[in-house]
Amino acid sequence: MAAAAAAPGPGSGPGDSPEGPEAEAPERRRKAHGMLKLYYSLSEGEAAGRPSGPDPLDPTDLNGAHFDPEVYLDKLRRECPLAQLMDSETDMVRQIRALDSDMQTLVYENYNKFISATDTIRKMKNDFRKMEDEMDRLATNMAVITDFSARISATLQDRHERITKLAGVHALLRKLQFLFELPSRLTKCVELGAYGQAVRYQGRARAVLQQYQHLPSFRAIQDDCQVITARLAQQLRQRFREGGSGAPEQAECVELLLALGEPAEELCEEFLAHARGRLEEELRSLEAELGPSPPAPDVLEFTDHGGSGFVGGLCQVAAAYQELFAAQGPAGAEKLAAFARELGSRYFALVERRLAQEQGSGDNSLLVRALDRFHRRLRAPGALLAAAGLAEAATEIVERVARERLGHHLQGLQAAFLGSLTDVRQALAAPRIAGKEGPGLAELLANVASSILSHIKASLASVHLFTAKEVSFSNKPYFRGEFCSQGVRESLIVGFIRSMCQTAQSFCDSPGEKGGATPPALLLLLSRLCLDYETATISYILTLTDEQFLVQDQSPVTPVSTLCAEARETARRLLTHYVKVQGLVISQMLRKSVETRDWLSTLEPRNVRAVMKRVVEDTTAIDVQVGLLYEEGVRKAQSSDSSKRTFSVYSSSRQQGRYAPSYTPSAPMDTNLLSNIQKLFSERIDVFSPVEFNKVSVLTGIIKISLKTLLECVRLRTFGRFGLQQVQVDCHFLQLYLWRFVADEELVHLLLDEVVASAALRCPDPVPMEPSVVEVICERG
Amino acid sequence: VEDDMASVDLPSDARALTPQTAETDAIRFLVGTQSLKYDNQVHVIDFDDENNIISKTVLLHQAGEIWHISASPADRGVLATCYSQGECARGGLTGGGLGQQRAELFRAADSKVVTCAAVWRMPAELEPGGQESPEDAASPAHALELLCLLEPAMPRAPLGAGDGKRVVSLADSHILLWDLEGSSSQATLASSASLEGKGQLKFTTGRWSPHHNCSQVATANDTAIRGWDTRTMSQIYCIESAHGQLVRDLDFNPNKQYYLASCGDDCKVKFWDTRNVAEPVKTLEEHSHWVWNVRYNHSHDQLVLTGSSDSRVILSNMVSISSEPFGHLVDDDDLSDQEERRLEEKSQEPPQDSVIATYEEHEDSVYAVDWSSADPWLFASLSYDGRLVINRVPRALKYHILL
Repeated sequence: MAAAAAAPGPGSGPGDSPEGPEAEAPERRRKAHGMLKLYYSLSEGEAAGRPSGPDPLDPTDLNGAHFDPEVYLDKLRRECPLAQLMDSETDMVRQIRALDSDMQTLVYENYNKFISATDTIRKMKNDFRKMEDEMDRLATNMAVITDFSARISATLQDRHERITKLAGVHALLRKLQFLFELPSRLTKCVELGAYGQAVRYQGRARAVLQQYQHLPSFRAIQDDCQVITARLAQQLRQRFREGGSGAPEQAECVELLLALGEPAEELCEEFLAHARGRLEEELRSLEAELGPSPPAPDVLEFTDHGGSGFVGGLCQVAAAYQELFAAQGPAGAEKLAAFARELGSRYFALVERRLAQEQGSGDNSLLVRALDRFHRRLRAPGALLAAAGLAEAATEIVERVARERLGHHLQGLQAAFLGSLTDVRQALAAPRIAGKEGPGLAELLANVASSILSHIKASLASVHLFTAKEVSFSNKPYFRGEFCSQGVRESLIVGFIRSMCQTAQSFCDSPGEKGGATPPALLLLLSRLCLDYETATISYILTLTDEQFLVQDQSPVTPVSTLCAEARETARRLLTHYVKVQGLVISQMLRKSVETRDWLSTLEPRNVRAVMKRVVEDTTAIDVQVGLLYEEGVRKAQSSDSSKRTFSVYSSSRQQGRYAPSYTPSAPMDTNLLSNIQKLFSERIDVFSPVEFNKVSVLTGIIKISLKTLLECVRLRTFGRFGLQQVQVDCHFLQLYLWRFVADEELVHLLLDEVVASAALRCPDPVPMEPSVVEVICERG
Repeated sequence: VEDDMASVDLPSDARALTPQTAETDAIRFLVGTQSLKYDNQVHVIDFDDENNIISKTVLLHQAGEIWHISASPADRGVLATCYSQGECARGGLTGGGLGQQRAELFRAADSKVVTCAAVWRMPAELEPGGQESPEDAASPAHALELLCLLEPAMPRAPLGAGDGKRVVSLADSHILLWDLEGSSSQATLASSASLEGKGQLKFTTGRWSPHHNCSQVATANDTAIRGWDTRTMSQIYCIESAHGQLVRDLDFNPNKQYYLASCGDDCKVKFWDTRNVAEPVKTLEEHSHWVWNVRYNHSHDQLVLTGSSDSRVILSNMVSISSEPFGHLVDDDDLSDQEERRLEEKSQEPPQDSVIATYEEHEDSVYAVDWSSADPWLFASLSYDGRLVINRVPRALKYHILL
């Protein structure tokens, strides 16, 4: 039943849809499915108001208005089989019955309601009639009341007027009384010190007195008042001037004075003058702390004092001033700014003096904290007084201090470097005194390198404090950009590496070239240090720096490769200088030995001269020393019997060819052809040539220098037969021991050949010693 | 450079070289040989500039091996040598077979080498100018005529003065000034001075200053350079540790009276202003071994020649400290064509010191270099093996300087 009753409503929608396509084709074309739905639900709503379904003309619609039973029956008969007809018939009968009973129930219910409604209406009608009567009565009463009220008003009229007048007189009298009492009140207030109250009274009375001053009595009052006010003002000023009380009271005084109509200009001046006095007091106390006497409080305390005393005071003054003299306009603001600027600059001067005292100390954290406080403190007045430029000045100071710190650290690093060099010198000098082996060169090198590195790291860490996030000035553009790139990276790190190279190079240029100034081992060590820097340390340090100080600045920085090249150049120069110095030491020994001996009257050689042994010993020592720091390096392939060579050839090969021909001017020019051809095939020897970074190259350089010296010295002497033989023996001895040190043993051969050949030339009686004898002597030696 | 070069090999070792200072027409050098076994000679080297031919004349110098030679600036025929000889050979031993005899002498246990200095005169027939051709081999060699002996003396010592009337010799720690009289045939010791200090101080070399009317001499001992006033024989200035090691040679700038060049065993050539000797004005470090000789060009003092035992000769252009202000020699009237204008532009560039050329013709140590006194663009260098090389300043540079 319910389903059937409900069915036609919602059922009409889907039921209609088959017919829809023709009628509502345009709407159907709206593609959105949701729109369709919306449309149908809307049409349903409208359908409720409409008498018929969407297609009212369909005669077969049971619920439709145009339902035609005949058509419907025809349709059924035509379309449906018997069974279905039967079914629909029973169904229909059942539905008709249900509808009938529904209708009956509805009619019955409606009838009941209608009857109760009729009852209610009747009762209401009665009530209204009663109410109408009462309303009439009320209207008549009101008319009576109105009448009475009018009469009372008329009788009371003139009394009311009189009362009003009296009240006015009373008020006037009260005012007059106040005026007359004013002088005494003011006096009392002044006596009691209630200046605020007095000023308020005076303010209230002033206008009136002004207005009525033509009346003698008022005039007297006004005069009295003026006298008292003047006194009041004087007292206020007095209090203001005494100034013992703090800034707030002063501000109050000024406020009262302003209310008294004192000239603002003058007050403003005076106010500032007083403030100046106070702040100067603060500055003086700061200066006293700074004082010449050493027990000054630490810098943090100092900036704290300055911050709370001076900067706080300045803040109060500025705030009070701006409150009090806001009316002064830009001129007043300018005055205040000038005031703040002047005092601020004095304060800054003091702070800078204090910070300058701090330059020497190594502790950055305290300084940074102090700077942080200083900078932070000045933000408030900076915001208050933008025109005074205090914050900028403070930032400038901080930047300057940061720069100076960088310089200080650079100096510190340089000093540390020099210090470690001094340590090395001492360590190098010590073993000889102690008579035992001190720390090895490699160890010293490691010590120096690690100490420098740790100093660099410490400096970086220390400088890094300036850029810490919690520090108030770290977000300033300077600290984000220039400080990191130009300051830390360039001037500190790059600057230090450069100065290190320069310091090292200065050892090469020292005027005391005789070798006394710088121990050769130090040269060697420095050269290795620079080489290590070139290969690894520089890039490590710079990477470390770049990581710690994320450089945002785009300004150009020194590339690693440039520094490396400089370090390498330094290392090369140092090593070359080392070779020169060591070569010189051995050269001097050889030169002395040649120059001081009387080669003409020497005896037949029995031994290798001691100096040659010394040369070999020293060379061995140098070899060991260099070996501690430098790699072996490559040498040319050895001939198997290098040590077996003797000097029998020299005395014959060269000079025989040269002197054999006759000595007339017509002699052919090819006399020394032989020796020249011999030389043609040997390379020119660059004696002081640059060396490579390995042991063999270093030793080759030293030996080259020594042997060339020997050669030149021999050429300046004249030898007897035994002198020549001695040279022969000495050279063979050197040959035996020196070849192992050099890259190309041919070189030693060549130079020693030259020495012996030159000695033979310088001998009027060249009778060389038997090679076998030479060998025997050398082996014995 | 190859075109500009000529060389000759002497049959003996040699260290001593000098231009014939008084000769201003012919390009002539004197070379002294150094041999213990044979008679030593002074070779007079003539260079025919046009044909690039070297001819030489040999003069016997039998007194001993020549360590140093210098020519009189006044008399073409007069030269001084410093030589060494065996003790006994000094007694007037002359003639052939000397070598043999001397060898005998050296065998004696007490044999000694003595160094002497002497002034000589060349045979008169040579003076007109070396027509004697080398083919004329059969004729016996002429001998030098001994004028006077200066005793005692050290190697590398005698120094002729500007007027040819005075000679200075160095003996150990003494500096001796001699007056030459009677056309140099007699030398009298005029004055002397000696080095004072601890240790055995020895002069190594010396040089007359061409300025101040030839009244100054500079000497070197060990690493120090000293200036002497010959009128009072007192020291004028002293450059202590002028070089790291031994100072080998000195030369005065011919045009700037206070400028002095020195060289030494530290492979450096240094230029000094004798008024301020704390620091050298300039230092060159081009050689790779001891520098034995330094010479200013007589006319163009920016050209400096150095010889070294690394067998190289280096010609440097020291414009920045030369007397010639750069660029002023160009005359405006001559600037007619483009090329000259270009040249002028070139000369407007700031002066830069540079090595002009490195000559590597020698195979042994070069102990002596010098400029020709006749042709300022020509110089000779002598290496120990007896090779004498004559070179010219590169033409481009020559024109650059002249224009």
